[in-house]
Amino acid sequence: MEKALEVRDLTVVYGGRAALEGAELELPRGAMLGVVGPNGGGKSTLLKAVLGIVPLARGEVRVLGRRLDRRSRRLVGYVPQREDVDWDFPVSAFDVVMMGRVPSMGLLRRPSERDRRLVWEALEAVGMAGLAGKRIGEFSGGQQQRIFLARALAQEAEVLLLDEPVSGVDAPSQHEIFDLLHRLQERGKTIVVTTHDLSCVAERFDLALLLNRRVIACGPPAEVFVPELLNETYQSHLMILRVGGRTVAVETDRPGGGGG
Amino acid sequence: MVEHLLEPLGYGFMQRGLLASVLVAMVCGALGSFVVLKRLAFIGDALAHASFGGVALAFVLGLNVYAGAFVFALATALGIGALSQHGKVRSDTAIGVLFSGTFALGIVIISSVENYTTDLFGYLFGDVLSITARDLLAISLAGTAVIVLLGLFYRQLLFVAFDPAVAAASGVPARALEYLLLGLLGVTIVAALQAVGIVLVVALLVTPSATAYLFCRRFHHMILASMGIGCLSALVGIYLSYYLNVASGASIILVSTALFFVVLGGRALLRRTGGWRSGPFRGYHSA
Ligand SMILES: Nc1ncnc2c1ncn2[C@@H]1O[C@H](COP(=O)(O)OP(=O)(O)O)[C@@H](O)[C@H]1O
Ligand SMILES: [Mg+2]
Repeated sequence: MEKALEVRDLTVVYGGRAALEGAELELPRGAMLGVVGPNGGGKSTLLKAVLGIVPLARGEVRVLGRRLDRRSRRLVGYVPQREDVDWDFPVSAFDVVMMGRVPSMGLLRRPSERDRRLVWEALEAVGMAGLAGKRIGEFSGGQQQRIFLARALAQEAEVLLLDEPVSGVDAPSQHEIFDLLHRLQERGKTIVVTTHDLSCVAERFDLALLLNRRVIACGPPAEVFVPELLNETYQSHLMILRVGGRTVAVETDRPGGGGG
Repeated sequence: MVEHLLEPLGYGFMQRGLLASVLVAMVCGALGSFVVLKRLAFIGDALAHASFGGVALAFVLGLNVYAGAFVFALATALGIGALSQHGKVRSDTAIGVLFSGTFALGIVIISSVENYTTDLFGYLFGDVLSITARDLLAISLAGTAVIVLLGLFYRQLLFVAFDPAVAAASGVPARALEYLLLGLLGVTIVAALQAVGIVLVVALLVTPSATAYLFCRRFHHMILASMGIGCLSALVGIYLSYYLNVASGASIILVSTALFFVVLGGRALLRRTGGWRSGPFRGYHSA
């Protein structure tokens, strides 16, 4: 089967400390992977390393069999963590989604018919076409995530990387976002989502990856969400509860606080 | 009324001064939108001050002062980037260290050649009415270059300004574009030196755009509005300086400051009466 994403020995070092060490990952086309792990465990770093926007100490990334270069980068769509975005910027939802077309637009070119069509299709796919003229800061958190996802779709990305898309988003909007991701998966997109919501990964994802600096385990949620592996991932700051036949994990604050 | 508007135009120096300030104000307005949103005001101020070292050095050596100013501004921009990227120095610290150093160099140089002092003070506080036809040509060329480059790279620059991580991830050369923006900032500051002076140039970059930010919902509207506000400030400021016999650069800046507060006040009034329907601040939801 064609591999959508191949990650070999991916290592990122910040100021002498490894934030990510020897990460390996293979995803077939159309897979939907949930990445979980403690705060500071390197989830964002993993996505940024795959995208090549942090310096790699070692490792290699292939997307649909290709190394990342200016062209193949367009195949990877990225929805950054909320905190990384300046929401007071004067841009409309339409403007944001049109940014997805910029990498393939020539310097002197204005947006073509096709660019506009892709933008509107993407806005429709995420259910935001009716509010395209509104300023990005005026949307709710869930709507903002959907608009950013639309930008990745307008870019014609095949692999979508979303960094905590449901953090700080109310429950109904979380469901809308996951429903939307499932629809995209059915269209053949490969999806990687970092999240704190283990039960959601257990219920809705085919694959889960436990990350704490290293990849602790990767596989179907039922196989990796077992007490030993979860304990190894979260160490002391996770309570594992067994409710009926299911394992439920509750993340607690770390005694000393802070990431690591 | 009409003769009051036409009278100053009878003088060549007034025509050139008016043209130069309007040009400079429009270029600053266009670039200022990036400066305001990317919080580059401090760096802009630093580049302006740093350029004074170049002005003084070039003046004493008999070279072109604009070239000197530009080289110093650019070297400072690169130096700030280099210092804050791999040293243990934070970028605001690096800016503080470099700009005061180069500015002090300028002061030392001019204080060693006393009789030139008055000429050089024109660069500190602006002396738009002494602009020659050649200066005007240089300002027009520099201004046109900045506007054309902003236009050519508009979409890329907007993407990188709004969301540098995603822009870089999707294959837009974010780093190069950030340097382009700094380069344009350097050119603009140098072009604006004679009109408003080193000390006030940052105000021309920031104030009209900050005013536009108060009522614009989209970035290209903000750019056009701040160009308009800059243009208006320059026109009114020059006429005021003519009739009140005050420094032209400071007069332009004061007009733009007044416009900022008028819009801010108008905004507050309209919001209280529920009539305000736009602007970037929270508190308004149409859904
Ligand atoms: N730009 C950076 N410079 C230095 N350290 C960083 C940087 N980004 C992240 N880190 C560190 O790397 C580790 C992993 O961070 P991150 O990938 O953001 O974790 P997560 O997303 O799982 O919370 C943390 O210890 C964090 O402090
Ligand atoms: Mg994170």
